[in-house]
Amino acid sequence: MEYPSQHIEEAVNEISKLPGIGKKTALRLVLHLLKQPNAETRSLAQALIRMRDETKFCKVCHNISDREICRICSSPRRDNTIVCVIEDTRDVMAIENTGQYLGLYHVLGGVISPIEGIGPDNLNISSLLKRINASDSNVKELILALNPTMEGDTTSFFITKKISRSGLKVTSLARGVPVGGELEYADEITLGRSITARIHYQPN
Amino acid sequence: MHLKNLRLLNFKNYEDVYIEFTSKINCIVGENGSGKTNMLDAMHYLSLTKSAINSIDIQNIRHESIFFTIKGTFNKSGRDHEIFCSLEKGKKKVFRQDNTEYEKLSEHIGQFPAVLIAPGDNEIIRDGNDIRRKYFDTILAQIDHQYLLDLMDYNHNLRQRNSLLKFFRDNLSADPDLIEPYNHNLLDLGQKIHQKRKNFADRYFPVFEEKYAFIAENKEKTTISYVSQFDEIDYENTLKTTLSHDIEAQRTSFGIHNDKWELMINGRRLKNFGSQGQQKTFVIALKLAQYDIIKEEKGFAPLLLLDDIFDKLDDRRIHKLMGMVAADYFSQIFITDTRPERTKSILSSLSLEGNIVAINDGKIIK
Ligand SMILES: Nc1ncnc2c1ncn2[C@@H]1O[C@H](COP(=O)(O)OP(=O)(O)OP(=O)(O)O)[C@@H](O)[C@H]1O
Ligand SMILES: [Mg+2]
Ligand SMILES: [Zn+2]
Repeated sequence: MEYPSQHIEEAVNEISKLPGIGKKTALRLVLHLLKQPNAETRSLAQALIRMRDETKFCKVCHNISDREICRICSSPRRDNTIVCVIEDTRDVMAIENTGQYLGLYHVLGGVISPIEGIGPDNLNISSLLKRINASDSNVKELILALNPTMEGDTTSFFITKKISRSGLKVTSLARGVPVGGELEYADEITLGRSITARIHYQPN
Repeated sequence: MHLKNLRLLNFKNYEDVYIEFTSKINCIVGENGSGKTNMLDAMHYLSLTKSAINSIDIQNIRHESIFFTIKGTFNKSGRDHEIFCSLEKGKKKVFRQDNTEYEKLSEHIGQFPAVLIAPGDNEIIRDGNDIRRKYFDTILAQIDHQYLLDLMDYNHNLRQRNSLLKFFRDNLSADPDLIEPYNHNLLDLGQKIHQKRKNFADRYFPVFEEKYAFIAENKEKTTISYVSQFDEIDYENTLKTTLSHDIEAQRTSFGIHNDKWELMINGRRLKNFGSQGQQKTFVIALKLAQYDIIKEEKGFAPLLLLDDIFDKLDDRRIHKLMGMVAADYFSQIFITDTRPERTKSILSSLSLEGNIVAINDGKIIK
């Protein structure tokens, strides 16, 4: 594509490096910014730079945080006997949005996948083990909430092998038919799991 | 089940043809290179969403064209279904049933089954174990969707395990806790697949032997055996002992990816000791047994596509075979032949009637 200005071309190239954005969309965004007041673009650029420079990862749980130790880890209201292991920040956000969980988290930053060159050392696994195996640890339950892919299962398997502390309860998320969904619309794998992992009947 | 009609646009050497078929015997006749195999391949496409001959999809588009379309009306249990398939260069393949597009092509597979017997099938005998495994896996996948899912997972796990072996070798260290999940999956999925292959073998082999014996009039004794490392009683321990060897070789030496389907004639390997006609009879019996099992499993008969089936068979075997497939048990049949007189005389000697479709250079002449 021929651009009328080299600056436009540079901006388009940079924006189109983002996932899911092609050259066409990038150009549309650039032209949009040009129509807006100068200050808008300036504050966007500043927000991006600040985001990149200032964002930290919590020293304890590795979640994205503005401080050394994140809001969740430092909150006295959270139950420090339970740690929920997830892949990334989006999973923390999803669980937080339910408002149902008051324990702590541990963000692995991915799952083990030798094909992609990702081994345990590329993930926050040793810090998890240190955290729960520590002599002063209060952790009584570990919830393995990785995505139900083969890599997620492998990673959970590996972590359980590495837990040396006895008496630690290890749980995983229940998987079943969606609430309010009709059985005939559930896919067969979900329905199959729900039938085998059925629970005691409780009237609402 | 039968195919009522077929419309081809820019498919291989066909520019634009429309043909109607009878629900029983259809003979496609024409000289070498006229397009007989291509026509059967179009039917294979409608059934299995791909060519039986050319796996590079765009090479099935007629030279100098940019797309092909195959359309056919199947009649299944008294109801018509229109299957539409189209491929345009640079675009995704489109597959529709009754104007509704499929989300995944795999959803279509198995719905309108067809069994093709073609000269290329010889590779099942001639080539390595992986071709035979693929052949039997394709049948199993058509009758058991869970088998296909398990096999896909197994292969994925195997690739992960092999990558890990390489990682171990490069780092000169091997954490046994890290290989264990992959061993666990390999055993768990392998055991399921092994059991299904075994059950299938037990069901399939007697049918196969019966078909062979019928065509060959019991002249020779044929057997197939299914051999797996999972057959051994102590198989779970084998995997534990192979790790250092596997790291060295950078491949997984134990598993159902090493399974073998052995084809024998009179107690010897068919590949080395079967004549060409015996090998051809063997392949035909394999496919007819496949037909039986798919029919039993689906509750209706697949299409039977016979490409150049008369070559290499002696007259007795041809008559036996044609007598068999003309029976009511079989539904619609397509036969190709370069010699129309031969086909006609075989049919009339068995008092059968066939619809003759004569083609020449990609055009229907009768
Ligand atoms: N994409 C394509 N475009 C045009 N022609 C093609 C294409 N693919 C294959 N052909 C041609 O189609 C012709 C017919 O092939 P086909 O295999 O159907 O012949 P046949 O009638 O089965 O011959 P035989 O009796 O030798 O088996 C061949 O000449 C081949 O080159
Ligand atoms: Mg041919
Ligand atoms: Zn934290």
